[in-house]
Amino acid sequence: MRTLAGVEDEEKWLAEGIAGIQHNAFFMHRALDANNLREVLKYSALMLSELRTSKLSPQKYYDLYMRAFDQLRQLEIFFKDESRHGLPVVDLYELVQHAGNILPRMYLLCTVGSVYIKSKQAPSKDVLKDLVEMCRGVQHPIRGLFLRSYLAQVSRDKLPEIGSDYEGDANTVIDAVEFVLQNFTEMNKLWVRIQHQGPGTVREKQEKERNELRDLVGKNLHVLGQIEGVDLEMYKETVLPRVLEQVVNCKDKLAQYYLMECIIQVFPDEYHLQTLEALLAACTQLMPTVDTKIVLTQLMDRLSNYAASSPDVLHEFLQVEAFAKLSNAIGKVIDTQLEMPIVGAMTLFVSLLTFTLRVHPDRLDYVDQVLGACVVKLSSVPKLEDARAMKQVVALLSAPLEKYSDIVTALTLSNYPRVMDHLDDGTNKVMAMLIIQSIMKNDSCISTADKVEVLFELIKGLIKDLDGTNVEELDEEDFQEEQNSVARLIHMLDNEEPEEMLKIIYVVRKHLMTGGPQRLPFTVPPLVFSAVRLVRQLEAQGGDIAGEDVPATLRKIFQILNQTIEALSSVPCPELALRLYLQCAEAASDCDLEPVAYEFFTQAFILYEEEIADSKAQVTAIHLIVGTLQRINVFGVENRDTLTHKATGYSARLLKKPDQCRAVYACSHLFWVDDPEGIKDGERVLLCLRRALRIANAAQQMVNATRGSSGPVTLFVEILNKYLYFFEKGNPHITPSDIQSLIELINTEMLSDNGNTTIHSDPFFSSTLRYIRFQKQKGGLMGEKYDLIKL
Amino acid sequence: MNFLLGAFKPACNISITFTDGKNRKQVPIKKDNGQIVMNPLFQSQETIAGKIHIDPYQGKKVEHNGVKVELLGQIEMYFDRGNFYDFTSLVRELDVPGEIYERKTYPFEFSSVEMPYETYNGVNVRLRYVLKVTVTRGYAGSIVEYQDFVVRNYVPPPPINNSIKMEVGIEDCLHIEFEYNKSKYHLKDVILGKIYFLLVRIKIKNMDLEIRRRESTGAGANTHVETETLAKFELMDGAPVRGESIPVRVFLTPYDLTPTHTNINNKFSVKYYLNLVLVDEEDRRYFKQQEITLYRLKEETS
Repeated sequence: MRTLAGVEDEEKWLAEGIAGIQHNAFFMHRALDANNLREVLKYSALMLSELRTSKLSPQKYYDLYMRAFDQLRQLEIFFKDESRHGLPVVDLYELVQHAGNILPRMYLLCTVGSVYIKSKQAPSKDVLKDLVEMCRGVQHPIRGLFLRSYLAQVSRDKLPEIGSDYEGDANTVIDAVEFVLQNFTEMNKLWVRIQHQGPGTVREKQEKERNELRDLVGKNLHVLGQIEGVDLEMYKETVLPRVLEQVVNCKDKLAQYYLMECIIQVFPDEYHLQTLEALLAACTQLMPTVDTKIVLTQLMDRLSNYAASSPDVLHEFLQVEAFAKLSNAIGKVIDTQLEMPIVGAMTLFVSLLTFTLRVHPDRLDYVDQVLGACVVKLSSVPKLEDARAMKQVVALLSAPLEKYSDIVTALTLSNYPRVMDHLDDGTNKVMAMLIIQSIMKNDSCISTADKVEVLFELIKGLIKDLDGTNVEELDEEDFQEEQNSVARLIHMLDNEEPEEMLKIIYVVRKHLMTGGPQRLPFTVPPLVFSAVRLVRQLEAQGGDIAGEDVPATLRKIFQILNQTIEALSSVPCPELALRLYLQCAEAASDCDLEPVAYEFFTQAFILYEEEIADSKAQVTAIHLIVGTLQRINVFGVENRDTLTHKATGYSARLLKKPDQCRAVYACSHLFWVDDPEGIKDGERVLLCLRRALRIANAAQQMVNATRGSSGPVTLFVEILNKYLYFFEKGNPHITPSDIQSLIELINTEMLSDNGNTTIHSDPFFSSTLRYIRFQKQKGGLMGEKYDLIKL
Repeated sequence: MNFLLGAFKPACNISITFTDGKNRKQVPIKKDNGQIVMNPLFQSQETIAGKIHIDPYQGKKVEHNGVKVELLGQIEMYFDRGNFYDFTSLVRELDVPGEIYERKTYPFEFSSVEMPYETYNGVNVRLRYVLKVTVTRGYAGSIVEYQDFVVRNYVPPPPINNSIKMEVGIEDCLHIEFEYNKSKYHLKDVILGKIYFLLVRIKIKNMDLEIRRRESTGAGANTHVETETLAKFELMDGAPVRGESIPVRVFLTPYDLTPTHTNINNKFSVKYYLNLVLVDEEDRRYFKQQEITLYRLKEETS
């Protein structure tokens, strides 16, 4: 028995074996040249005796075998030529059987047998049967495997398959199949037997060696798959049952796994489909240690691909109830293989789902069934912690998303969220992101409140903090990306029907409000804008089309808006809230809801006063307030006065002079809305502008005082532009002389600023002047007006 | 053709030819000195006829008291060397006393000779047929010439020829069932059969089928038994498992076999056995021996 004596010894034995083969092959060739049959047989038998060694590992033995194989080809040529050896092939067939040792005898017999079949002096089936039967004498696993592999090889082109020369009369394809099946069975038995040899200590090595030999066995299945004339009937009645019987009965995990794999790969898809029952039954009978899931996965992958290959085959799947069978089998396998890790079960479910999606895309109930089974399995384990299993679950959940470009379909799967519940928080988020991405990619619109509810249930990992999440662990960037996705998602929720849309908004709000301070700044704006859009839509429809209660709807929406924005105060995020209030105010204004708009403004002002302390933020806020207020025309005089007064007041109290100045001249617009019905209070405009001038002056002086030189005249030029604007718009309180004096003032300032040096021209100022000149030259009504200004 | 021993004997050269010597089948026979010579083949009830030539050497004459030819069937025991036992002895007188000056030819004929036993060359015993020509001379000693010939007897196939089937084993160790398709085989036959393993608890290395010849000579207390293994044919390589069935197919042609001889003239017997031998990895041998009967079937050709 071969031991772990070492590779060196093995190399030596191999070298000896090769030398033996070469030595005897030399004499064999000499005898071949002399056409001396006796000597040929003698030396070929001696040569083949080298294959009787037990000392080599399969790999080394293969090396030796190949060398003998090459020599046997020469021998076969000699046997073929009767004129060289002078014996009818039938006598030759007997003669080689006189060899005393079985292994050389069988190699020679196979070689002559192949010639015998070729000569057609005997029915090929008889010869094949004899050969495969006689090979039983070699029971040593490795020697037997190689011998039978030799038999398979020399007989491969001589099987009586359909269309072959050797078919006909009594030789049918059945005989070919019988032959290959028998050889396969015997080879598998030998292969399995290897493991029972030798002590347990070398088990691992044996496994490896056995694995190297597996293709010898598998080749038979390949041949079976290639035999012409094996139709479905024969496959179903003969080939598959026999192969499966062998697979199941050999009770060896390596063989079972490999052979099932082979079966699945070798035979056509449609055969698998038609024999699904048998195949699956065999799967459930495999040894518990066999990785059945990979086998089943491969099967389902193949069937899926088959289904995808052509729509014509789909009815076959229905006919054989492929889904029900697969589903049953998987259930059984999972139930029986208790030690199968959860990841295995999940992999199976993924495959089954993929299969279902490909084959029965219209059967959502199937998909749901798969998910349901998955839930059951997941519920039976305490907690899903295996990362790979998690990955499989994600794949499981992603599959329907990919298949149904319309996410809505997935939302109708009742088991979908239940599966998601079993994910850990991180994975849950990943999954939620996938869902959102899928929606985005397909641009699908979710249009009912129910679906929105389901959807938010699915992505709740993103919407709120789940129990036990450690906030500090979150990566800032990831978090932002997640929340941005949620924000984008909100825009995909849309319905033409205002009522339904309102419901959707309710639902969304309900969920978003649970998000906590970190999320709200991301999620509130889209919600607000979504609601505002609804407002606009209602307004565009004329408001009263749907009856009396429409204003009520609107009011309701604004209530929600108000509450929603209020929530931001907890963040706190005053700038954002302020902007949103202003947006809402504008929307309310467009709907002619004065009190509502006023309320929003009030809120905005309160925020400004109480929350916004940063001077820069204040500047921005003021401009926003002014801009919005200017456009709103719903307010009555009183309300408007209050608001404009407030705004102007705020403007004047800004910290920096230039900011003050700019805010104040901006406020001038509040009194002059360029609109037929707009307010046109020229006097107060002028007041604002003058005040701005004063501030600009003060600013200039401050600069002088602190730096010794006056600053740029930009502020003045800006005010000049405002003057020109109102002048053009026909404000009677803005006179050409005002403008003229302002221009002079600027010129003076520029001179004093630059002292004796060359006149520095301010580009803004020069282009303003150029504009005035242009208007003069252009003539017409405006030209006449401008003519009054002297430069 | 048959210039045999005694070519340089004085006075004359004696040669014996058979009537159909050119067409008669010749078979090889191993002589005492190990040489292989070809001898003509006869069977029982055949007429053995031919001519005897006596050829005096140049210028010599042969005086004799008569010439005779004898046909002898002899059994020779090697442990009792030189002691022949003639079970058949026929004589033909060829010439009355006189002188031979030149080549002289005598035809002879033994018609329908009863030759019940086959020529046999064993370890301890030999059965031969020979023609003995004697030129009797009174003073110078007789001139004797021998011509061997071979006798083979053909029998029809036996009417009853059962298969050999048997289950043997060692308890809890090895149980096999073997079957040979016949119990009586002719010399060009094929032994077909199978070995079925019912229980295998030992590590078998290989299995051979041996063909053994058991030759017993003498009788009673003087019986000598000699056993030879004529063939060793490997049936199986490696260790089978339970339920395995190994085919047997052994062609008898290549082996030097004779028919089974039972109690030939109360002098000797030759029996054949099939010996199935299993060898385990420690080179222990387990075997079972079965007697088979061999017979000579008339070949279609010749």
